[in-house]
Amino acid sequence: MTKVVDRKPLSFYERTYVPALWEGLKVTARHFKRSVQGHNTAKELGEGYYPEVPWRVSEGYRGAPYLVRDQDGHTKCVSCQLCEFVCPPKAIRITPPGPDGPPADRPNAEKMPREFEINMLRCIFCGLCQEVCPEEAIFLEDHYSLTGLTREEMVFDKERLLKLGGVHAGTQKWKNKLEEAAAQESFPVATH
Amino acid sequence: MSNAATTAPAPAAPPPVEKIRIRVDGREIDVPKTLPDWQGKPQATTMLQACHLAGCEVPHYCYHPKLPVAGNCRMCLVEFGTPVMDPATRKPVLNEDGSPKIARSVLPYEPQTPRGAIACATPISPGMELYPGSPATKQMREAVLESLLINHPLDCPICDQAGECKLQEYSVQHGQAGSRFVEAKVHKPKAVDLGPRIVLDDERCILCTRCIRFTKDIAGDDALGIVNSGSYNTIATFPGRPFDNNYTLNTVDLCPVGALTSKDFRFKMRVWFLRETRSVCTSCGSGCNITIGSREDTVHRYEPRENDAVNSSWMCDSGRLNYRWIGRPDRLQNVLVNGIKSTWKAALTEIGSRLTAAPAGSVALVASARQTCEELYLLKRLATRLGAVTDSVPREGEGDRLLVAEDRNPNSNGARLTGICYTEMGLQLPRIADGIRSGAIRTLVVFGEDVTLHGIGPDLLAKLETLVVSDILPNATTAAAHYVLPGCAHAEKRGTFVNVKGRLQRFLKAVEPKGDGRPEAEFLQELAAGLGVGGGHATIEGLFNQMAKDVPAFAGVEWAHLGDTGVNVPI
Repeated sequence: MTKVVDRKPLSFYERTYVPALWEGLKVTARHFKRSVQGHNTAKELGEGYYPEVPWRVSEGYRGAPYLVRDQDGHTKCVSCQLCEFVCPPKAIRITPPGPDGPPADRPNAEKMPREFEINMLRCIFCGLCQEVCPEEAIFLEDHYSLTGLTREEMVFDKERLLKLGGVHAGTQKWKNKLEEAAAQESFPVATH
Repeated sequence: MSNAATTAPAPAAPPPVEKIRIRVDGREIDVPKTLPDWQGKPQATTMLQACHLAGCEVPHYCYHPKLPVAGNCRMCLVEFGTPVMDPATRKPVLNEDGSPKIARSVLPYEPQTPRGAIACATPISPGMELYPGSPATKQMREAVLESLLINHPLDCPICDQAGECKLQEYSVQHGQAGSRFVEAKVHKPKAVDLGPRIVLDDERCILCTRCIRFTKDIAGDDALGIVNSGSYNTIATFPGRPFDNNYTLNTVDLCPVGALTSKDFRFKMRVWFLRETRSVCTSCGSGCNITIGSREDTVHRYEPRENDAVNSSWMCDSGRLNYRWIGRPDRLQNVLVNGIKSTWKAALTEIGSRLTAAPAGSVALVASARQTCEELYLLKRLATRLGAVTDSVPREGEGDRLLVAEDRNPNSNGARLTGICYTEMGLQLPRIADGIRSGAIRTLVVFGEDVTLHGIGPDLLAKLETLVVSDILPNATTAAAHYVLPGCAHAEKRGTFVNVKGRLQRFLKAVEPKGDGRPEAEFLQELAAGLGVGGGHATIEGLFNQMAKDVPAFAGVEWAHLGDTGVNVPI
């Protein structure tokens, strides 16, 4: 529902903006005087300003997307390439393992990316990769200040993304499946 | 089309087939009483075919128009009704309004419940009514799909079939958002090594038996079967017998789910990234129609494309896997003049002046039957202008009864029809070698062949004044060449081939040429224009139509006539 706020009509004197300007200048003068006297308002308040004190982001903030590991330290990404497909600015680039790629570092899920790159200069932090991921392997975390000296530096590779992403304990789908299979009676006739 | 070339092998008109009037979802339609089955023999028209003719697709897994009907997946269940007959008079019973009375099929012990029939195996009868869109049909589909998904793992993120999976597609159309199945799924062997080119995931299999029917009835190798019973049913090879015939990868195409996957394509690229280009396989003279799957100038796979005049829906494994050379890193990428990198303009001008200066009879030309008709036509024009002797190189191998031809050149007939070689290929090669040896031939133009393997050794090549070579990959001939012109693989250009049976087929461009490589037809036109023999066609269409005017066998054919499946030309 729309909330209507009544605004008092301004007097002629107020509409000249002179009092608003004057009030503003008074604040500036006060701060100027305090700093000349050697005070630091922010420090005294115990908070501090960016960049000395990093800005605290609120929950649900969409920062840089990073890859995460599960509680056993395994890569969660299975290289399904849905994030690459959905990514509007084409910032994500995945190299699938191919037929003779390295085996996955987690049991049961046979597939894992050979390389996973996110170009943070292209990323628009929309969060579609996180939304589309069927493995809960990519999350937009709270990093908002991404800087680098070259363009190449801003293309984050798999190792860097995994290191920055940290651990995200969730459902271990493939592990659970393996345990479920192991708990079943042995297969009637071993065919192969 | 009214031209001679395309109507020459016109088959005798089939005898008129009797029509049956039925109703599909209330709409009256006349369908033929019989239609060709997978072997082409006339068989009673099925409900599925009738629905298809009425423009109504019935979902199915085990049915395939090129395979014998099995009827085991039950996905194509359709509710139907038949006209009621008076038992005494054998006449249809009529409603009050005069229309025939229809009895909907119901369960015998439960007359309120509709009973469907599998549309793939149930023949139609006169007056029958099919209800592919009815609520009962819809419910039957949903129930069948739910039961197929009971033991199906949610492997989609790691499954190569995702994106072209019938189970995924029908789940979107007829499935439910969540599973009602709370029990543990039956787990079966995964990543089973079935043969040199096939991986089997038993959990994903829905037991449609398409693969079994294909290898038994089409490939003629009864290698696959089902073992164990009930929910433990598993596809398996016979003990000690690998699944290794030359047609195994067709089962991967046929598999409606991700149970059978190709080792070559395994985990290589998700299918939704692949751009599909209609092309023709170059591994033998059969000219199987293919679809090239490529992404960003990398060819990832070949798949057969349906063409009943050539390859039905199949192709051999050896042809399918013969694509890696297109992306080989040692591809010729630079125009070389005496081994030094040059430009197209400089090299073509120099070659043009050298050829113009060459006296008649001192030039020989070896073209390849792996080149397109357009290129061979341009080469023949050049050769006529220069008075050059021309030939091509035969390439023979073992054929089989299904698709692999003994002739391993994709365009032998194109070389014959354009006049590059005689019916027997390679007759002139010894003559060319002798000519070089005696000094009569001082200039040799080679396209796409390594002549050192065919009687014109490096010692002879060293005697030449001018050796112009165009190729794709480096070899002994390109190493000896004065001028190297980098060409294009078939996937990098457009053109036409004539297969062993005289089918003229075109193929389209899938990826960009490597480096400075250019389509041969393009630079040959520039060369021909420099020598005053044609050129000037900016597009392959114009060049093809010009060639069709000049080559008698192609008379009356135009690029636009070729379509996706080609036309027959007299050979």
